[in-house]
Amino acid sequence: MINAAHVSKKFGKLQALRDINLTCSKGQSIALIGPNGSGKTTFIKCLLGMVVPDSGTIQFHGKNIANEWEYRSKIGYMPQIGRFPDNMTIAQVVDMLKDIRKKDASATDEDLIHAFQLDRIMNKRMHTLSGGTRQKVSACLAFLFGPEVLILDEPTAGLDPLASELLKDKIRAVREKGKLILITSHVLSELDDIVSEVIYLEDGCLKFHKNMEQLKLDTGEDRLAGAIARVMRSTEKR
Amino acid sequence: MERFVQVILCLCLPWMASGKTWHVRQAGTGHPIQHALDLAAPGDTILVDKGIYTEKGLVIRKPVCLRGIDWPILDGEKQYEILAVSANDVVVEGFHFQYSGVSGWHDIAGVKIYNAHHVTIRSNILDHTFFGIYCLGSSNCTLSGNTIHSDADNDIQSGNGIHCWKCDSMRILDNEITRHRDGIYFEFVTHSLIRGNRSFSNARYGLHFMFSHNNVYERNLFRHNEAGVSVMFSHGVTMLGNTFTENWGGSAYGILMKEITDSKVIGNHFLNNTSGIYMEGTTRILVTENTFSGNGWAMKIQASCSDDVITRNNFNGNTFDIATNGSLVLNTFNANYWDKYEGYDLGRDGIGDVPYHPVSLYSMIAEKNPTVMMLYHSFMVGLLDKSEKVIPSITPEALRDDKPFMKPLRLP
Amino acid sequence: MKIIKYIISDIIRNKIMLAYTVLLLAISLSVFNLEDNKAKGLLSLMSVILIVVPLVSIIFATIYIYNSAEFIELLVSQPLKRTRLLLSVYSGLAISLLLAFLIGSGIPVLIYSPSIVGGVLIAVGMGLTLVFASLAILASVLAREKAKGMGIAILLWFYFSLIYDGIVLFILFQFSDYPLEKASIVFSSLNPIDLGRVVILLKMDVSAMMGYTGAVFKEFFGGNWGSIYSGGIILAWIVAPLYLSVRRFNRKDL
Repeated sequence: MINAAHVSKKFGKLQALRDINLTCSKGQSIALIGPNGSGKTTFIKCLLGMVVPDSGTIQFHGKNIANEWEYRSKIGYMPQIGRFPDNMTIAQVVDMLKDIRKKDASATDEDLIHAFQLDRIMNKRMHTLSGGTRQKVSACLAFLFGPEVLILDEPTAGLDPLASELLKDKIRAVREKGKLILITSHVLSELDDIVSEVIYLEDGCLKFHKNMEQLKLDTGEDRLAGAIARVMRSTEKR
Repeated sequence: MERFVQVILCLCLPWMASGKTWHVRQAGTGHPIQHALDLAAPGDTILVDKGIYTEKGLVIRKPVCLRGIDWPILDGEKQYEILAVSANDVVVEGFHFQYSGVSGWHDIAGVKIYNAHHVTIRSNILDHTFFGIYCLGSSNCTLSGNTIHSDADNDIQSGNGIHCWKCDSMRILDNEITRHRDGIYFEFVTHSLIRGNRSFSNARYGLHFMFSHNNVYERNLFRHNEAGVSVMFSHGVTMLGNTFTENWGGSAYGILMKEITDSKVIGNHFLNNTSGIYMEGTTRILVTENTFSGNGWAMKIQASCSDDVITRNNFNGNTFDIATNGSLVLNTFNANYWDKYEGYDLGRDGIGDVPYHPVSLYSMIAEKNPTVMMLYHSFMVGLLDKSEKVIPSITPEALRDDKPFMKPLRLP
Repeated sequence: MKIIKYIISDIIRNKIMLAYTVLLLAISLSVFNLEDNKAKGLLSLMSVILIVVPLVSIIFATIYIYNSAEFIELLVSQPLKRTRLLLSVYSGLAISLLLAFLIGSGIPVLIYSPSIVGGVLIAVGMGLTLVFASLAILASVLAREKAKGMGIAILLWFYFSLIYDGIVLFILFQFSDYPLEKASIVFSSLNPIDLGRVVILLKMDVSAMMGYTGAVFKEFFGGNWGSIYSGGIILAWIVAPLYLSVRRFNRKDL
């Protein structure tokens, strides 16, 4: 579904991505893991067309995404920090995105809005909301249109445990429907029962892209956190 | 109307008593008026009935009274000078002169007075004459209550409304002059009174004189003339209660004074002119009790002026009060009212405690380099002016009013 | 273009916007009530408008865009063309600023001095609003950090309000021996604030006070072609920064 070939990106002197090649397919749920500054967010932004790679191509459904925008209607994105114009209400933001995507209310997936009980505060203005609540809004917007691909950048950061669980339930439910899910997170323990694949980035390079079972087998660990820790230690030794 | 008739009768009584009365009854072929004039004896009165007369150049050679009844028309057919007066004590009144010739070589006029004295030209209408009333080397003549109108659009193909050359003790009263080149033009005219005239919409100056000394200009109105009023090379000029207004244009002045000495400008109104008064090379002029209002510059005083006194005037709503082109100040500004004055009066005597500097920095700069007016009213110019007000550096420190009034003076 | 109405409804609830409207209203009303002469009132109002409108337009628009950075990022991740997105943000800002200006100054002028000069003053104010909102977009697209972007915005305002005129003054004096009337037309075209001021002053018929320069200006800007020319120049001042912004924004990494 998503094909990246030789993707490189430089920000000034910093090489953010180095010759990344990978393929993501329908039904996979992938954890994008790596130390800070390893290029996770840059890669996601490349997928979304927010950052234009210096070289290489990214294909979506076999079509190069350079200078395209329609493909994004098939992607739901939850950014790391969700901030919205101060004086908009939650309802307005939702309506606006519906307007952009030309979807009517019946075709949208509002489960998460109900789960987070946002429907009770739909008319509150954004500047009155806490960071966590704004994060909830971001999450809802990502799932709202039932997209084929979900890209979640640190989805549980700032969410309370209950909300985290609700979100994870939703992710699982979506995975069952055979959508592609890309998640970055620092809290590796959370990803254990969600992800089926792991992509590990370091210094902008793709270290590996493995199936979860394979990774556990290779490292001899049965938890993702342990497996990744082992990987990191082994790279340090070198 | 009855009173008007009485007045005319009284005025003409001397001739009625002494002379015969001739009556030109109808317009037609020939030269009936000239014929009557030729037959008449000195002191006679000639009445002319209503009608159109084409006399191809009337000449009055003896002291008679020529009077029109219901404004008979004397037509110059766009070729001739209509009436020439070369005798003393002539009275011409009640005629409608129209269409004199127009010439680039001769100064053709509606009425021309040649070297005569005590001639009276009154209550006539002059319509589309090249020059209106033209006086040459005459004295003690009275031109009053005439309406002089033409259609000059530029100052090249047009003549002056009232034109006097080498005259003395003239009385120019209550005439209305419009759309000529200069409304009233004097050259070498002395000891004359110019009062109650209205001169407006002329192609050049409402009033223009040179080398004309000791004349009095009183209660005249000069409005909307292409270049305002210009007076030069004269002394002993007295200007009382005149109004100079709406002379607006790149080179229009309420009044432009050049090389004028020992003169008085009192109680005049300068309203909405580009420059109210422009002075160059003037000496010992008293400017007092005048009202300057809504002018671009109330006064422009060039550094070549000296010993002029500007006192007890009201300056109100002018863009710039005073402009000058140098740092030399030989004139006195004292006890005027300036609406831009921001001082205080602790003593409560009606006089401000700190001096007022009527010259703004920007008006100085613009005087030296007019293109700078491009930045007129810009933020930067405002800042410059404010800083100059705090610490004067370029504007002449000596040009100041030490006793500015806090409130406008009561002026007529 | 669907997002314009959401942006407008967000901005018009903004407190700074409200303060701007009230400020303009207070200035306009006090100017007209203190000056008994309507023409002079308009002249004072012009001086204020020429300073305040560009300043508030460029600063407010720049701040708004930086404060909405994450939101704009979110919108970029949506199926929207970037060109369209940026133009929508600009339109939202421009319409809100225009609304504030029209309420703050347009209505008082209409009530107290409904004249051609008043109309031209409002038109110039609107034009400057659009120009400086456009410059704000350019400033915020050029600089990634907010502080730098604000710096550029303030510098731009400072340049057009003050520095430019200083340079012109300097040039006029350095070359005062040459006829600079034609050049001064060019100078005024290169600064929208100067152009706006000259157009208003000519309508007020103060060109007579500007001497020969005024006559040249009047001849050039006075007729219908002059109006079309000045309108065109202002339009160019709106479009050119927008065009550059869109080009830059389309290639920008967010």
